[in-house]
Amino acid sequence: MTTIVKTTALAAMIGLSVPAAASLAYVSNEKDNSISVIDTDSLEVVETIDVGQRPRGILLSKDHSKLYICASDDDTVQVLDLATRRIVDTLPSGEDPEQFSLHPNNRHLYIANEDDAIVTVVDVDSKDVLAQIDVGVEPEGMAVSPDGRWAVNTSETSSMLHWIDTTDFQIKKNIVVGQRPRHVEFSRDSKVAWASAEIGGTVHIIDVDSLEEIRQLTFSIRGVHPDKVQPVGIELTSDGKYAFVALGPANHVAVVDAQTYEVLDYLLVGSRVWQLDLNRDETQLYTTNGVSGDVSVIDVEDLKVIKSIKVGRYPWGVVIDPTS
Amino acid sequence: MHTNLRLLLPIVVAIALGLFLSSGGRAAELEVRIGYIQWTPDQGPVLSNVIPEPEDAGLRGAELAIEDNNTTGRFLGQHFTLASVVADSEAQAMAALERQLAQGIALFVLRVPAATLTQMADQAGDGALLFNAGARENALRTQNCRPQLLHTLASYAMLTDGLAQWLNQRRWKRLLMITGPTEADRQWAESFRRASQRFGLELVADKPWTFDADLRRTASRELPLFTQTDNDYHAVVVADVRGDFGEYVPFNTWLPRPVVGTQGMTPEAWHRVVESWGAAQLQNRFRELADRHMNSEDYAAWAAVRSVGTAVTQLNGADAAQIRDFLFSEQFQLAAFKGRKLSYRSWNGQLRQPIPLVHPRGLVGKAPIEGFLHPRTDMDTLGFDEPESQCRINSLSAKDR
Repeated sequence: MTTIVKTTALAAMIGLSVPAAASLAYVSNEKDNSISVIDTDSLEVVETIDVGQRPRGILLSKDHSKLYICASDDDTVQVLDLATRRIVDTLPSGEDPEQFSLHPNNRHLYIANEDDAIVTVVDVDSKDVLAQIDVGVEPEGMAVSPDGRWAVNTSETSSMLHWIDTTDFQIKKNIVVGQRPRHVEFSRDSKVAWASAEIGGTVHIIDVDSLEEIRQLTFSIRGVHPDKVQPVGIELTSDGKYAFVALGPANHVAVVDAQTYEVLDYLLVGSRVWQLDLNRDETQLYTTNGVSGDVSVIDVEDLKVIKSIKVGRYPWGVVIDPTS
Repeated sequence: MHTNLRLLLPIVVAIALGLFLSSGGRAAELEVRIGYIQWTPDQGPVLSNVIPEPEDAGLRGAELAIEDNNTTGRFLGQHFTLASVVADSEAQAMAALERQLAQGIALFVLRVPAATLTQMADQAGDGALLFNAGARENALRTQNCRPQLLHTLASYAMLTDGLAQWLNQRRWKRLLMITGPTEADRQWAESFRRASQRFGLELVADKPWTFDADLRRTASRELPLFTQTDNDYHAVVVADVRGDFGEYVPFNTWLPRPVVGTQGMTPEAWHRVVESWGAAQLQNRFRELADRHMNSEDYAAWAAVRSVGTAVTQLNGADAAQIRDFLFSEQFQLAAFKGRKLSYRSWNGQLRQPIPLVHPRGLVGKAPIEGFLHPRTDMDTLGFDEPESQCRINSLSAKDR
């Protein structure tokens, strides 16, 4: 496997457009200061890359050549070149970056600065800070709509969604949701936004045209105390069929019908499940389980957990490179 | 490195305050004033005086929560201020309350002894809402309740129940207890005795601390003898609330046994080693504000002011009676960095909360310990449950909320 990976890396390095042998998932390990690289065919960790302190949010550049990493305790965003697997650059990020989101223009990176109650917008090419926007206490979740119009930030202690207009970096609306909102995910057509509230135990469905909440979801798992049902990460299938909601210390992922908002199933994963990502053809869903230090792999067709993969300590974010 | 980023900005920093607000546009700013009154009697000299307790404990927590409330409030046209008084005597504290009541303040956070607290609650009357952030006495939760008085500080019973659950889980059930001479020590010890009965522990010996020598010279000689017992024990429990002799018990016991209680491994409502569930962020904010670590009194005052803030966000009003109703309603849930939503007990106004078990440099566990069950919520295995308390501060409180 190492040989294959090396070949892939080499091919990428010299710019050949050879079809990749394996698809790769990247997992940030908050308490190990590293990124685990998982081969999604063999479902094994093929490499562990040392990065900055307390890596949390991670995302891919739109051309899939770079991985951006919030190195929270280094107060910076690191740029990992995926071909060489080296940190090649850092971006100004403001203090304590936790989550971020890249505008479809592949340049404007919206970063939530948790300790400073600010969202910082950075141009990743020029490294200019374009704006710093005052938001509520402990900004956390960050999402840019696929059509590029809105950037939404969640502030955990203010329990709000702040809707930032990407044309002028001004907040146009604040929506109060359940306690401790963590994450926002847009539907592919940018018409609906899903927001999780960890302590509230709810997921809020927002109609993007009217900027009004149209639905509130709650979850109930047999044998699990309601207080432990704490929604965090959300992932939507592009066909509009499913939403997957990570339920934190309930150790389950909820499967929701994305059209009717009905909860279809709960899948048992590792301890304190945080973030989620789908693979290229959306046949597999990967979850990071913070406390058990592993990644669960879910078969989307069968809605079954097929494997747990041991990674580093406190895995936080996961992204799968759809082109590797 | 990027600390000064804001200063370098060509300033696009702008808040679109009040544009398209979700709740009916932005009327005139709502001003919410909260009184903070502190009076802590002198504890007297203690042997272990190496690390003094911060004098502004509580106050700085309230100040941080005011900042948190205002960061939220700026989007909703709400502004919070704290009127704080650190008094030198009970009379001064009572006078401060009188003055603030006359100024129209109806929301208070108090860090005062139990006896002063009930006096102040009576003085303030039904129209006010007061939060206890300074008195751990069980009697305030079992007999001397007031409808207008809520408790964000964990009681002695919540702390000792948490410790007893943990000891039970470890099967360290045979214990030697050493109790100091003060009234607080006596209450802590009484609370632990109750907990040991509830959670199946046995006190093989229960000794009052009577020595008055300077232990910094003689601990190694005196404590091994003092901790000799007829029967073996698994751990030593120390009841020394003000920190007089207790710091000298660890490593000086006759048998090689761990020390728990008010020293050694301690149950605390809050401690600097708590970092999970986003607590690292709260700790960072607090350190930036106060240049020291956040303690249990700070946490209690923070939780009180945040309770008010959470209610005002939802109500868009600051009427004390309405806030009280909201705090006891199903809608209220406090996100308070303990991994659970916190709420107030309807019978005695105590804020339910998990209790971390810590040693000075690390987290050992968190009560309620898994497996200790309760029909309402496992957090009610800590402290006085409804049938164990005579208080019924909400007339309908017989029902589960």
